[in-house]
Amino acid sequence: MKLHGWQDKAVKLLLFGAASTSILVVLLIFLFLGREAFPFLKEPGIKAFFDTRWIPVSFQKVRFGLLPLFTGSLLITGLATLITIPFSVFGAIYIAEMARPAEREFLKPFIEILAAIPSVVLGFFGLIVLAPLVKSIFHLYSGLNALTGALLLALMAIPTVISISEDAIRSVPISYKSASIALGASELQTILRVTVPAALPGIIAAVMLGMGRIIGETMVVLMVTGNAGIVTLMPFESVRTMTATIAAEMGEVSFGSIHYSALFCVGVVLLLITFGLNLVSQRVLKKYGMMQ
Amino acid sequence: MKILHVILLPLLFVLLSGCDNAGNAPEKGDQTPSRYLTIKGSDTMVHLVSTWAEEFMNMYPGTELSVTGGGSGTGIAALINKTTDICAASREIKKREIDLAESNGVNPIEISVARDAIVVVVHPDNPIDTLIMTQLGSIFSGEFESWSQVGGPKQPILVLSRESSSGTFQFFQEKVLNKKDYAYRARLMPGTSAVIQSVSADEWSVGYVGLGYALEVGDEVKMIQVKADADSPPITPSEETVKNGEYPISRPLLLYINGKAQGLVKDFIDFCLSKKGQQTVRETGYVQVAE
Repeated sequence: MKLHGWQDKAVKLLLFGAASTSILVVLLIFLFLGREAFPFLKEPGIKAFFDTRWIPVSFQKVRFGLLPLFTGSLLITGLATLITIPFSVFGAIYIAEMARPAEREFLKPFIEILAAIPSVVLGFFGLIVLAPLVKSIFHLYSGLNALTGALLLALMAIPTVISISEDAIRSVPISYKSASIALGASELQTILRVTVPAALPGIIAAVMLGMGRIIGETMVVLMVTGNAGIVTLMPFESVRTMTATIAAEMGEVSFGSIHYSALFCVGVVLLLITFGLNLVSQRVLKKYGMMQ
Repeated sequence: MKILHVILLPLLFVLLSGCDNAGNAPEKGDQTPSRYLTIKGSDTMVHLVSTWAEEFMNMYPGTELSVTGGGSGTGIAALINKTTDICAASREIKKREIDLAESNGVNPIEISVARDAIVVVVHPDNPIDTLIMTQLGSIFSGEFESWSQVGGPKQPILVLSRESSSGTFQFFQEKVLNKKDYAYRARLMPGTSAVIQSVSADEWSVGYVGLGYALEVGDEVKMIQVKADADSPPITPSEETVKNGEYPISRPLLLYINGKAQGLVKDFIDFCLSKKGQQTVRETGYVQVAE
């Protein structure tokens, strides 16, 4: 069907508008965050962020060091990613290459259910069940630490990572595998030497998307990490993440105060990190032709 | 959770009073304009005062109460500026504020409607029963790191605090820590139930919660008896010791009004001090001041 010139243009514009709405929204969010965060950069200035303590309410001296929050998020994300990778990669290999159809039909829905558990429920489970368990296994004084948080976050990221990794593994052309088998390689050799390396970019992207989910998660870390603002990279210490800080303090902060704009600065940093992670993972997917 | 209360309750009230307004529109013509009341002040008291306001509006259809937080200071300033009928405050009015009020033609009158008390809790297996106020200050500010420094076993002290957005956090900081900062290693818990959960799970932790809550949970945690100073007798936290002022970590919850109570203001205050109103005090976790 051929449209008249102006109709053609109007429809095109409409579709373009619909497609670019999300870009506009992202831009507006950046603008809004920037505007609320800006007063902090003027007074007390960006140097205040390199303090090692986060003490937003004090009769002595308020301090807004981003360092403990940053290392907290870093530690939790790193640990959770380390836990996520083996489980989800092996899981994806099994589901994509080894599982019989009946098994796959059984496994996939269960993995997806895991993704559907609300984080507050998972957090409660962590507080009541997992924290005491971690405490008794490692003979600690308290189970509220970075490791407990990371374990729960891994549980949340695994379904996403398995799902995308599986797609990546399955999209490896059958001819690769046939060639490998024809050359006399066993099934296991084929999987480890041919299929997985070919799907590696997709798996890496899946892990990075999982990291994006982990770093942005709030409720679970607020409930089980203890939220002490300690600069540390030890898994058995209590840590305070950027997300938990925003969630815990934004509710009662007085509008327009330094504390208020400091929290928005934390939000900007968080947004930049997740934005970067998503961008890189999309690049990886695109480069290896794994994105439609 | 606190965040929800403070954001949602006032919002809910705006909505509720809006509905009321629409529903009773014809009746409203007969009412004098004094059927409208504003209450502003302490964030700690928002939950209590909102609950009162809700019950009061049910008892007196056609009245409208608007409850907002903002802090005791904000509430007192509003009373001085005559922008609120009633101020809710979790501290006594300062001399400077009284002078300011009088110069503005406002005569603040204080009514004590409830008391708030904070209890220090430890694990039931912790041998410590009694602590002096200064010891509590040193524990929560991180100066003491081992229970042996207060006569207990050689075990580390795990300090639990509420998040800094909590009214309890600030009251405890002022009263017990003498305005010092909390220990930087203190774990900041998102709610009272999380504090209780951790104290009952971790043998060497110490936290603080409202008295009402502590009395409810029973044997899962142990309440610490507090000595005001080294020579004072240890005081067990209870409704009794809070009411008679013996227990040191407590504060009055007050309403301030301008001049002698009359009309709707008097009705509301009478309601707060009535049996039903004081029942609400207990239900929201505070201590009653009247029977």
